[in-house]
Amino acid sequence: MSIHYFANPTRFTRLAGRVQPWAAGLTVVLLLIGLYLALIEAPADYQQGDTVRIMFVHVPAAWMAMFCYSFLAVASAIALIWRHPLADLAAKASAPIGASFTFLALVTGSIWGKPMWGTWWVWDARLTSVLILFFLYLGYMALWEAIEDGQKAGKAAAVLALVGAVNVPIIKFSVDWWNTLHQPASVMRMDGPAIHPSMLWPLLIMALAFQTYFVTLLLARMRMELNLRRIRALRLAERTS
Amino acid sequence: MKIFLAIISRDMLLAVRQGGATFLALIFFLLTVTLFPLGIGPEPAILARVAPGVLWVAALLAAMLSLDRLFQADFEDGSLEQLTLSGLPLSLIVLAKIITHWLTTGLPLLLAAPVLAVLLNMNDEGFEALLLTMLIGTPALSLIGAIGAALTLTVRRGGVLLSLLVLPLYIPVLIFGVSAIDAAVHGLNAKPHLLLLAALTVAAIPLCPWAAAAAVKLSLE
Repeated sequence: MSIHYFANPTRFTRLAGRVQPWAAGLTVVLLLIGLYLALIEAPADYQQGDTVRIMFVHVPAAWMAMFCYSFLAVASAIALIWRHPLADLAAKASAPIGASFTFLALVTGSIWGKPMWGTWWVWDARLTSVLILFFLYLGYMALWEAIEDGQKAGKAAAVLALVGAVNVPIIKFSVDWWNTLHQPASVMRMDGPAIHPSMLWPLLIMALAFQTYFVTLLLARMRMELNLRRIRALRLAERTS
Repeated sequence: MKIFLAIISRDMLLAVRQGGATFLALIFFLLTVTLFPLGIGPEPAILARVAPGVLWVAALLAAMLSLDRLFQADFEDGSLEQLTLSGLPLSLIVLAKIITHWLTTGLPLLLAAPVLAVLLNMNDEGFEALLLTMLIGTPALSLIGAIGAALTLTVRRGGVLLSLLVLPLYIPVLIFGVSAIDAAVHGLNAKPHLLLLAALTVAAIPLCPWAAAAAVKLSLE
Protein backbone atom coordinates (compact mmCIF):
# COMPACT_ATOMS: atom_id res chain seq x y z
CA MET A 1 0.00 0.00 0.00
CA SER A 2 1.58 3.25 -1.07
CA ILE A 3 1.13 6.62 0.55
CA HIS A 4 -1.21 7.47 -2.28
CA TYR A 5 -3.79 5.01 -1.05
CA PHE A 6 -5.22 7.67 1.25
CA ALA A 7 -4.82 10.47 -1.26
CA ASN A 8 -8.50 9.97 -1.96
CA PRO A 9 -10.26 12.30 0.51
CA THR A 10 -13.41 10.17 0.72
CA ARG A 11 -11.45 7.07 1.58
CA PHE A 12 -9.48 9.04 4.15
CA THR A 13 -12.57 10.60 5.71
CA ARG A 14 -14.20 7.22 6.07
CA LEU A 15 -11.15 5.72 7.76
CA ALA A 16 -10.58 8.81 9.92
CA GLY A 17 -14.18 8.73 11.06
CA ARG A 18 -13.75 5.14 12.13
CA VAL A 19 -10.41 5.64 13.89
CA GLN A 20 -11.23 8.87 15.67
CA PRO A 21 -13.66 7.53 18.33
CA TRP A 22 -11.17 4.80 19.23
CA ALA A 23 -8.36 7.32 19.54
CA ALA A 24 -10.56 9.56 21.65
CA GLY A 25 -11.63 6.68 23.89
CA LEU A 26 -8.04 5.53 24.30
CA THR A 27 -7.05 9.07 25.24
CA VAL A 28 -9.67 9.24 27.98
CA VAL A 29 -8.69 5.85 29.42
CA LEU A 30 -4.97 6.58 29.31
CA LEU A 31 -5.48 10.04 30.79
CA LEU A 32 -7.54 8.64 33.67
CA ILE A 33 -4.95 5.96 34.44
CA GLY A 34 -2.07 8.36 33.95
CA LEU A 35 -3.58 11.09 36.11
CA TYR A 36 -4.47 8.62 38.85
CA LEU A 37 -0.94 7.24 38.91
CA ALA A 38 0.64 10.69 38.60
CA LEU A 39 -1.46 12.58 41.13
CA ILE A 40 -2.32 9.90 43.69
CA GLU A 41 -0.10 6.83 43.36
CA ALA A 42 3.26 8.39 42.57
CA PRO A 43 5.24 9.41 45.65
CA ALA A 44 6.06 13.06 46.24
CA ASP A 45 9.67 13.89 45.52
CA TYR A 46 11.85 13.99 48.61
CA GLN A 47 13.15 17.43 47.65
CA GLN A 48 10.48 18.97 45.46
CA GLY A 49 7.46 17.66 47.33
CA ASP A 50 4.22 17.63 45.42
CA THR A 51 5.36 20.20 42.86
CA VAL A 52 7.14 17.37 41.08
CA ARG A 53 3.73 16.29 39.81
CA ILE A 54 3.81 19.17 37.35
CA MET A 55 6.38 17.06 35.53
CA PHE A 56 3.69 14.59 34.43
CA VAL A 57 2.10 17.28 32.30
CA HIS A 58 5.16 19.36 31.54
CA VAL A 59 7.48 16.70 30.15
CA PRO A 60 4.94 15.02 27.83
CA ALA A 61 3.91 18.46 26.57
CA ALA A 62 7.53 19.33 25.79
CA TRP A 63 8.00 15.99 24.01
CA MET A 64 4.86 16.62 21.97
CA ALA A 65 6.07 20.13 21.11
CA MET A 66 9.08 18.62 19.38
CA PHE A 67 7.21 15.64 17.98
CA CYS A 68 4.60 17.89 16.33
CA TYR A 69 7.26 19.98 14.63
CA SER A 70 8.95 16.86 13.25
CA PHE A 71 5.56 15.60 12.10
CA LEU A 72 4.87 18.95 10.47
CA ALA A 73 8.23 18.94 8.68
CA VAL A 74 7.84 15.36 7.42
CA ALA A 75 4.29 16.03 6.23
CA SER A 76 5.51 19.19 4.48
CA ALA A 77 8.29 17.26 2.75
CA ILE A 78 5.77 14.66 1.56
CA ALA A 79 3.48 17.42 0.34
CA LEU A 80 6.28 19.11 -1.61
CA ILE A 81 7.91 16.02 -3.05
CA TRP A 82 4.95 13.76 -3.88
CA ARG A 83 2.29 16.50 -4.05
CA HIS A 84 0.25 14.36 -1.72
CA PRO A 85 -3.06 16.21 -1.31
CA LEU A 86 -3.57 15.23 2.31
CA ALA A 87 -0.02 15.80 3.49
CA ASP A 88 -0.27 19.59 3.50
CA LEU A 89 -3.63 19.27 5.25
CA ALA A 90 -1.96 17.12 7.90
CA ALA A 91 0.83 19.68 8.26
CA LYS A 92 -1.66 22.52 8.56
CA ALA A 93 -3.75 20.62 11.08
CA SER A 94 -0.78 19.71 13.26
CA ALA A 95 0.57 23.26 13.60
CA PRO A 96 -1.99 24.70 16.07
CA ILE A 97 -1.84 21.49 18.11
CA GLY A 98 1.92 21.68 18.26
CA ALA A 99 1.80 25.36 19.16
CA SER A 100 -0.63 24.58 21.99
CA PHE A 101 1.61 21.83 23.36
CA THR A 102 4.58 24.21 23.18
CA PHE A 103 2.61 26.87 25.00
CA LEU A 104 1.52 24.31 27.61
CA ALA A 105 5.14 23.25 28.10
CA LEU A 106 6.22 26.86 28.56
CA VAL A 107 3.42 27.70 31.01
CA THR A 108 3.75 24.55 33.12
CA GLY A 109 7.52 25.00 33.10
CA SER A 110 7.05 28.52 34.37
CA ILE A 111 4.66 27.40 37.11
CA TRP A 112 7.12 24.68 38.07
CA GLY A 113 10.03 27.10 37.98
CA LYS A 114 8.53 29.56 40.42
CA PRO A 115 8.66 27.27 43.51
CA MET A 116 11.77 25.40 42.36
CA TRP A 117 14.12 28.11 41.13
CA GLY A 118 12.28 31.05 42.72
CA THR A 119 11.59 32.72 39.39
CA TRP A 120 9.02 32.41 36.65
CA TRP A 121 11.55 32.52 33.87
CA VAL A 122 15.27 32.08 33.35
CA TRP A 123 17.01 32.53 30.03
CA ASP A 124 18.16 28.99 30.18
CA ALA A 125 19.11 27.29 26.91
CA ARG A 126 16.24 24.86 26.96
CA LEU A 127 13.58 27.43 27.82
CA THR A 128 14.87 29.85 25.22
CA SER A 129 14.91 27.31 22.43
CA VAL A 130 11.37 26.15 23.27
CA LEU A 131 10.25 29.78 23.16
CA ILE A 132 11.83 30.13 19.72
CA LEU A 133 10.10 26.93 18.62
CA PHE A 134 6.83 28.53 19.68
CA PHE A 135 7.59 31.52 17.42
CA LEU A 136 8.36 29.17 14.53
CA TYR A 137 4.91 27.61 14.95
CA LEU A 138 3.30 31.05 15.00
CA GLY A 139 5.12 32.11 11.84
CA TYR A 140 4.05 28.93 10.08
CA MET A 141 0.40 29.43 11.03
CA ALA A 142 0.50 33.11 10.11
CA LEU A 143 1.83 32.29 6.64
CA TRP A 144 -1.05 29.86 6.05
CA GLU A 145 -3.49 32.58 7.05
CA ALA A 146 -1.85 35.31 5.00
CA ILE A 147 -1.92 33.69 1.56
CA GLU A 148 -5.45 33.44 0.23
CA ASP A 149 -4.94 30.79 -2.44
CA GLY A 150 -5.00 27.52 -0.48
CA GLN A 151 -2.71 25.62 -2.85
CA LYS A 152 -0.05 28.32 -2.84
CA ALA A 153 -0.37 28.80 0.90
CA GLY A 154 0.24 25.10 1.38
CA LYS A 155 3.39 25.08 -0.72
CA ALA A 156 4.76 28.29 0.78
CA ALA A 157 4.11 27.00 4.29
CA ALA A 158 5.79 23.70 3.39
CA VAL A 159 8.91 25.54 2.20
CA LEU A 160 8.92 27.50 5.46
CA ALA A 161 8.46 24.35 7.53
CA LEU A 162 11.45 22.71 5.86
CA VAL A 163 13.61 25.81 6.26
CA GLY A 164 12.54 25.83 9.91
CA ALA A 165 13.35 22.14 10.29
CA VAL A 166 16.89 22.73 8.99
CA ASN A 167 17.21 25.63 11.40
CA VAL A 168 15.84 24.02 14.55
CA PRO A 169 19.07 22.08 15.31
CA ILE A 170 21.20 25.12 14.44
CA ILE A 171 19.12 27.35 16.72
CA LYS A 172 19.25 24.73 19.46
CA PHE A 173 23.01 24.46 19.16
CA SER A 174 23.59 28.19 19.07
CA VAL A 175 21.33 28.79 22.08
CA ASP A 176 23.14 26.08 24.07
CA TRP A 177 26.43 27.72 23.13
CA TRP A 178 25.16 31.18 24.04
CA ASN A 179 23.90 29.89 27.35
CA THR A 180 27.13 28.25 28.42
CA LEU A 181 28.85 31.51 27.60
CA HIS A 182 26.54 33.78 29.49
CA GLN A 183 25.61 31.85 32.58
CA PRO A 184 28.13 29.24 33.56
CA ALA A 185 26.42 27.96 36.72
CA SER A 186 22.85 27.10 35.87
CA VAL A 187 20.26 26.75 38.61
CA MET A 188 18.60 23.83 37.00
CA ARG A 189 20.28 20.50 36.89
CA MET A 190 18.10 17.63 35.93
CA ASP A 191 20.69 14.98 36.66
CA GLY A 192 20.30 13.00 39.79
CA PRO A 193 19.59 9.32 39.97
CA ALA A 194 17.72 7.78 37.07
CA ILE A 195 14.02 8.26 37.47
CA HIS A 196 12.30 5.73 39.75
CA PRO A 197 9.73 3.34 38.18
CA SER A 198 6.96 4.75 40.40
CA MET A 199 7.42 8.03 38.54
CA LEU A 200 8.51 6.66 35.19
CA TRP A 201 5.33 4.67 34.56
CA PRO A 202 2.87 7.54 35.08
CA LEU A 203 5.11 9.68 32.90
CA LEU A 204 5.11 7.19 30.06
CA ILE A 205 1.36 6.63 30.29
CA MET A 206 0.76 10.38 30.23
CA ALA A 207 3.07 10.68 27.22
CA LEU A 208 1.07 7.99 25.45
CA ALA A 209 -2.18 9.74 26.35
CA PHE A 210 -0.86 12.99 24.88
CA GLN A 211 0.09 11.10 21.74
CA THR A 212 -3.37 9.59 21.25
CA TYR A 213 -4.87 13.00 22.05
CA PHE A 214 -2.74 14.41 19.23
CA VAL A 215 -4.02 11.74 16.84
CA THR A 216 -7.62 12.47 17.83
CA LEU A 217 -7.25 16.20 17.31
CA LEU A 218 -5.29 15.76 14.10
CA LEU A 219 -7.97 13.57 12.55
CA ALA A 220 -10.72 15.91 13.69
CA ARG A 221 -8.94 18.95 12.29
CA MET A 222 -8.16 17.23 8.99
CA ARG A 223 -11.79 16.18 8.57
CA MET A 224 -12.86 19.72 9.37
CA GLU A 225 -10.50 21.11 6.73
CA LEU A 226 -11.77 18.63 4.14
CA ASN A 227 -15.36 19.56 4.92
CA LEU A 228 -14.53 23.26 4.69
CA ARG A 229 -13.01 22.69 1.28
CA ARG A 230 -16.06 20.74 0.20
CA ILE A 231 -18.37 23.52 1.35
CA ARG A 232 -16.29 26.06 -0.53
CA ALA A 233 -16.39 23.96 -3.68
CA LEU A 234 -20.16 23.54 -3.39
CA ARG A 235 -20.65 27.26 -2.91
CA LEU A 236 -18.53 27.98 -5.98
CA ALA A 237 -20.47 25.43 -8.01
CA GLU A 238 -23.74 26.98 -6.89
CA ARG A 239 -22.64 30.46 -7.84
CA THR A 240 -21.40 29.47 -11.27
CA SER A 241 -24.40 27.34 -12.21
CA MET B 1 27.63 34.80 -15.85
CA LYS B 2 27.10 37.81 -18.09
CA ILE B 3 23.40 37.90 -17.32
CA PHE B 4 24.15 37.40 -13.62
CA LEU B 5 26.41 40.46 -13.56
CA ALA B 6 23.95 42.40 -15.70
CA ILE B 7 21.20 41.83 -13.14
CA ILE B 8 23.45 43.01 -10.32
CA SER B 9 24.56 46.13 -12.16
CA ARG B 10 20.96 46.93 -13.17
CA ASP B 11 19.74 46.60 -9.58
CA MET B 12 22.65 48.61 -8.26
CA LEU B 13 21.96 51.34 -10.80
CA LEU B 14 18.29 51.39 -9.77
CA ALA B 15 19.26 51.57 -6.11
CA VAL B 16 21.68 54.46 -6.65
CA ARG B 17 19.28 56.41 -8.87
CA GLN B 18 16.49 55.98 -6.33
CA GLY B 19 18.86 57.46 -3.80
CA GLY B 20 17.06 58.13 -0.54
CA ALA B 21 15.06 54.93 -0.23
CA THR B 22 18.18 52.81 -0.52
CA PHE B 23 19.85 54.30 2.50
CA LEU B 24 16.79 54.31 4.73
CA ALA B 25 18.07 51.09 6.29
CA LEU B 26 21.25 52.89 7.25
CA ILE B 27 19.35 55.80 8.79
CA PHE B 28 17.13 53.34 10.65
CA PHE B 29 20.28 51.67 11.99
CA LEU B 30 21.69 54.99 13.23
CA LEU B 31 18.40 55.98 14.82
CA THR B 32 17.81 52.67 16.62
CA VAL B 33 21.30 52.71 18.09
CA THR B 34 20.71 56.30 19.23
CA LEU B 35 17.58 55.20 21.08
CA PHE B 36 19.50 52.80 23.32
CA PRO B 37 21.53 55.35 25.31
CA LEU B 38 18.33 57.33 25.73
CA GLY B 39 16.52 54.27 27.01
CA ILE B 40 19.24 52.68 29.13
CA GLY B 41 21.01 55.80 30.33
CA PRO B 42 24.29 57.43 29.32
CA GLU B 43 26.71 55.66 31.73
CA PRO B 44 29.73 54.76 29.57
CA ALA B 45 30.38 51.47 31.38
CA ILE B 46 26.88 50.14 30.79
CA LEU B 47 26.92 51.27 27.16
CA ALA B 48 30.26 49.61 26.58
CA ARG B 49 28.88 46.40 28.05
CA VAL B 50 25.79 46.32 25.81
CA ALA B 51 27.39 47.83 22.68
CA PRO B 52 28.00 44.58 20.72
CA GLY B 53 24.47 43.36 21.36
CA VAL B 54 22.86 46.70 20.54
CA LEU B 55 24.80 47.06 17.30
CA TRP B 56 23.93 43.56 16.16
CA VAL B 57 20.25 43.75 17.11
CA ALA B 58 19.93 47.09 15.34
CA ALA B 59 21.74 45.75 12.26
CA LEU B 60 19.44 42.73 12.24
CA LEU B 61 16.33 44.89 12.33
CA ALA B 62 17.67 47.29 9.70
CA ALA B 63 18.51 44.42 7.34
CA MET B 64 15.10 42.89 7.94
CA LEU B 65 13.20 46.12 7.28
CA SER B 66 14.78 46.52 3.88
CA LEU B 67 13.95 42.97 2.81
CA ASP B 68 10.56 43.76 1.30
CA ARG B 69 12.42 45.75 -1.39
CA LEU B 70 14.24 42.61 -2.47
CA PHE B 71 11.67 41.26 -4.95
CA GLN B 72 8.59 43.45 -4.48
CA ALA B 73 9.14 46.14 -7.10
CA ASP B 74 10.27 43.67 -9.76
CA PHE B 75 7.37 41.38 -8.95
CA GLU B 76 4.81 44.16 -9.26
CA ASP B 77 5.95 45.58 -12.60
CA GLY B 78 6.46 42.11 -14.04
CA SER B 79 10.20 42.33 -14.61
CA LEU B 80 10.75 39.36 -12.31
CA GLU B 81 8.80 37.24 -14.75
CA GLN B 82 10.82 38.67 -17.61
CA LEU B 83 14.01 37.78 -15.78
CA THR B 84 12.96 34.15 -15.45
CA LEU B 85 12.87 34.03 -19.27
CA SER B 86 16.52 35.04 -19.47
CA GLY B 87 17.60 31.40 -19.30
CA LEU B 88 19.43 31.90 -16.02
CA PRO B 89 18.21 29.50 -13.27
CA LEU B 90 15.86 31.26 -10.89
CA SER B 91 18.09 30.50 -7.92
CA LEU B 92 20.93 32.45 -9.55
CA ILE B 93 18.63 35.39 -10.28
CA VAL B 94 17.66 35.28 -6.62
CA LEU B 95 21.35 35.14 -5.65
CA ALA B 96 22.02 38.23 -7.77
CA LYS B 97 19.22 40.05 -5.96
CA ILE B 98 20.63 38.95 -2.62
CA ILE B 99 24.07 40.28 -3.53
CA THR B 100 22.53 43.63 -4.45
CA HIS B 101 20.64 43.67 -1.18
CA TRP B 102 23.86 43.09 0.72
CA LEU B 103 25.69 45.80 -1.25
CA THR B 104 22.96 48.33 -0.49
CA THR B 105 22.26 47.43 3.17
CA GLY B 106 24.85 45.05 4.61
CA LEU B 107 27.83 47.00 3.35
CA PRO B 108 26.61 50.44 4.58
CA LEU B 109 25.77 48.89 7.96
CA LEU B 110 29.26 47.41 8.10
CA LEU B 111 30.80 50.80 7.40
CA ALA B 112 28.61 52.63 9.91
CA ALA B 113 29.01 50.11 12.73
CA PRO B 114 32.51 51.21 13.91
CA VAL B 115 31.39 54.84 14.15
CA LEU B 116 28.43 53.85 16.29
CA ALA B 117 30.67 51.58 18.34
CA VAL B 118 32.75 54.65 19.20
CA LEU B 119 29.61 56.51 20.24
CA LEU B 120 28.64 53.57 22.46
CA ASN B 121 32.09 53.62 24.03
CA MET B 122 32.88 50.07 22.99
CA ASN B 123 36.20 48.66 24.13
CA ASP B 124 38.97 49.16 21.54
CA GLU B 125 39.80 45.46 21.41
CA GLY B 126 36.38 44.72 19.94
CA PHE B 127 36.63 46.77 16.74
CA GLU B 128 38.42 44.23 14.62
CA ALA B 129 35.96 41.53 15.68
CA LEU B 130 33.03 43.87 15.07
CA LEU B 131 34.12 44.53 11.50
CA LEU B 132 34.85 40.87 10.87
CA THR B 133 31.53 39.63 12.28
CA MET B 134 29.64 42.24 10.28
CA LEU B 135 31.55 41.30 7.15
CA ILE B 136 30.87 37.58 7.64
CA GLY B 137 27.44 37.81 9.23
CA THR B 138 25.51 40.41 7.21
CA PRO B 139 25.55 38.31 4.01
CA ALA B 140 23.79 35.59 6.02
CA LEU B 141 21.12 38.13 6.97
CA SER B 142 20.48 38.93 3.31
CA LEU B 143 20.52 35.25 2.35
CA ILE B 144 18.14 34.02 5.06
CA GLY B 145 15.97 37.09 4.69
CA ALA B 146 15.51 36.38 0.99
CA ILE B 147 13.50 33.26 1.90
CA GLY B 148 11.15 35.34 4.03
CA ALA B 149 10.87 38.03 1.36
CA ALA B 150 10.08 35.43 -1.29
CA LEU B 151 7.46 33.70 0.85
CA THR B 152 5.60 36.92 1.61
CA LEU B 153 5.77 38.19 -1.96
CA THR B 154 2.06 37.81 -2.69
CA VAL B 155 0.96 38.86 0.78
CA ARG B 156 -0.39 42.36 1.03
CA ARG B 157 1.23 44.29 3.89
CA GLY B 158 3.60 41.40 4.46
CA GLY B 159 6.00 43.42 6.63
CA VAL B 160 4.91 42.16 10.04
CA LEU B 161 4.57 38.61 8.78
CA LEU B 162 8.05 38.87 7.29
CA SER B 163 9.51 39.77 10.67
CA LEU B 164 7.71 36.86 12.32
CA LEU B 165 9.14 34.46 9.73
CA VAL B 166 12.67 35.81 9.56
CA LEU B 167 13.63 36.91 13.08
CA PRO B 168 13.66 33.40 14.64
CA LEU B 169 15.93 32.27 11.79
CA TYR B 170 18.30 35.18 12.47
CA ILE B 171 18.95 34.11 16.06
CA PRO B 172 22.06 31.96 15.39
CA VAL B 173 23.69 34.81 13.42
CA LEU B 174 23.00 37.20 16.29
CA ILE B 175 24.37 34.82 18.90
CA PHE B 176 27.63 34.05 17.11
CA GLY B 177 28.12 37.64 15.99
CA VAL B 178 27.76 39.05 19.49
CA SER B 179 29.77 36.31 21.20
CA ALA B 180 32.71 36.88 18.84
CA ILE B 181 32.81 40.57 19.75
CA ASP B 182 32.29 39.82 23.44
CA ALA B 183 35.16 37.34 23.38
CA ALA B 184 37.45 39.87 21.70
CA VAL B 185 36.47 42.61 24.18
CA HIS B 186 37.32 40.34 27.09
CA GLY B 187 40.65 39.43 25.56
CA LEU B 188 39.60 35.91 24.62
CA ASN B 189 39.95 34.14 21.31
CA ALA B 190 37.20 35.24 18.93
CA LYS B 191 38.17 32.76 16.23
CA PRO B 192 35.81 29.85 17.12
CA HIS B 193 32.81 32.18 17.04
CA LEU B 194 33.93 33.72 13.77
CA LEU B 195 34.41 30.27 12.24
CA LEU B 196 30.93 29.19 13.31
CA LEU B 197 29.48 32.39 11.88
CA ALA B 198 31.36 31.76 8.66
CA ALA B 199 30.00 28.22 8.60
CA LEU B 200 26.46 29.61 8.82
CA THR B 201 27.08 31.98 5.92
CA VAL B 202 28.78 29.36 3.80
CA ALA B 203 25.93 26.90 4.38
CA ALA B 204 23.40 29.62 3.57
CA ILE B 205 24.98 30.50 0.20
CA PRO B 206 23.80 27.39 -1.66
CA LEU B 207 20.69 26.60 0.43
CA CYS B 208 18.95 29.97 0.79
CA PRO B 209 18.79 31.01 -2.89
CA TRP B 210 17.46 27.56 -3.66
CA ALA B 211 14.66 27.76 -1.06
CA ALA B 212 13.92 31.37 -1.96
CA ALA B 213 13.71 30.48 -5.64
CA ALA B 214 11.19 27.74 -4.83
CA ALA B 215 9.12 30.34 -2.98
CA VAL B 216 9.41 32.93 -5.76
CA LYS B 217 8.27 30.32 -8.27
CA LEU B 218 5.07 29.86 -6.28
CA SER B 219 4.10 33.49 -6.59
CA LEU B 220 4.91 33.57 -10.31
CA GLU B 221 2.57 30.67 -11.11
